[in-house]
Amino acid sequence: MLYIDSISNGIVIDHIKPGLGAKIFNYLDLDKVDFTVALIINAPSKTYGRKDLIKIENNMDLDLRILGFIDSNITINIIRDEKISEKINLSLPENVEGVVECKNPRCITSTERNIVHKFSLVDKETGSYKCDYCDQLYTWEG
Amino acid sequence: MKHLTDPMDLSMEELEDLFKLAKNIINNQEDYRSVCSGKILATLFYEPSTRTRFSFEAAMQRLGGQVIGFSEPGSSSVTKGESIPDTIRTVGSYADLIVMRHPKEGAPKYASYHSLVPIVNAGDGGHQHPTQTLTDLLTIKEIKGEISNLTIGLCGDLKFGRTVHSLIKAISRYENIKVILISPKELQIPEYIKKEILIKNNIPFLEVETLEEVIDSLDVLYMTRVQKERFFNEADYIRLKDSYILDNEKLKLAKSDLSILHPLPRVNEISPEVDNDPRACYFKQVKYGMFIRMALIARLLEVA
Repeated sequence: MLYIDSISNGIVIDHIKPGLGAKIFNYLDLDKVDFTVALIINAPSKTYGRKDLIKIENNMDLDLRILGFIDSNITINIIRDEKISEKINLSLPENVEGVVECKNPRCITSTERNIVHKFSLVDKETGSYKCDYCDQLYTWEG
Repeated sequence: MKHLTDPMDLSMEELEDLFKLAKNIINNQEDYRSVCSGKILATLFYEPSTRTRFSFEAAMQRLGGQVIGFSEPGSSSVTKGESIPDTIRTVGSYADLIVMRHPKEGAPKYASYHSLVPIVNAGDGGHQHPTQTLTDLLTIKEIKGEISNLTIGLCGDLKFGRTVHSLIKAISRYENIKVILISPKELQIPEYIKKEILIKNNIPFLEVETLEEVIDSLDVLYMTRVQKERFFNEADYIRLKDSYILDNEKLKLAKSDLSILHPLPRVNEISPEVDNDPRACYFKQVKYGMFIRMALIARLLEVA
């Protein structure tokens, strides 16, 4: 078992599906920051067996909608004075803009410059979204 | 300001209001002859069209308004690479209403995000064609008396047929509608229509491959064209092609009060011998199309 020091003030992104930790790490540009960050992969988890987690020694702004879109099972713990001051459970966002792209070659997004790809949640159970322009359905796996 | 890019942009009340106004225009054409005087409609057709464009132009001119526009992108700045938002902002400075046809799905919706004047989708790729749907609904209402309590068969290319997609969306809001989808496997309705419209709204539907097996149960038959090039293999085309051609022989199996609709243009999916059958409604449908567009223009421009 590997131990990483607890943080005194910052954020713990917990219960990340194994394999998605690095993706979130990269999405948040955590390789470019000047404060302490730990990316832990394949940590034991009582609920999921294995999980990834990220500890950030800083109260940076996070786009919770995007994190929820990447993995809606994530828990965000806000740490103040070494204690969890707030626990945020994420869910799939109703709308996603500029994160993923529509793959339908007949969609206007395939040709128009500077267009923002937009999707709306249509089914929470299956996590399916539709393109706001062409209605194509998508389910993204992590 | 209101746009019409998807049939669901109109509430049931707005639909009823349009049908009522269209009916009033049909019965009192003189009263509407100059309600759009001084107004300009722009038709931006990035893809060729004859009847839809003519229908809009005739509608606007019968209301006393004027029309500008292009009927193929080659004759516009679009070929210079102008973006849709720039085109829309420019044309919107000249015109009071923009009607747009585009080969890409969602283009009119994207245009509506950047427009200061109402945008009407006149067909976007294989996606939607809401004013054809208004035409279809008005035709059904005028001929059948109501749009509820009907078994509606949609036959032909259900995969790429935008008029079919729009019509299914629209009829899903009416009561006691049954839908029968008649197409080759390769041209079945897209998943999103099945899941998002039919299943979600608990509309009973059936998918079959031949018209003969279901024609006797239909109140409305909506025919569309099946093109040979849409099939993946020649054998299937040869096996099924005749099933999608409506002729007097097949009509013998149908109800006496069946209404046959077609968004036109027709190629060979309805035999010309059917034109004389009282059940053929597709030319009446064309006329209703112009009147419902007159009603739509008048409402969007708030002149009636």
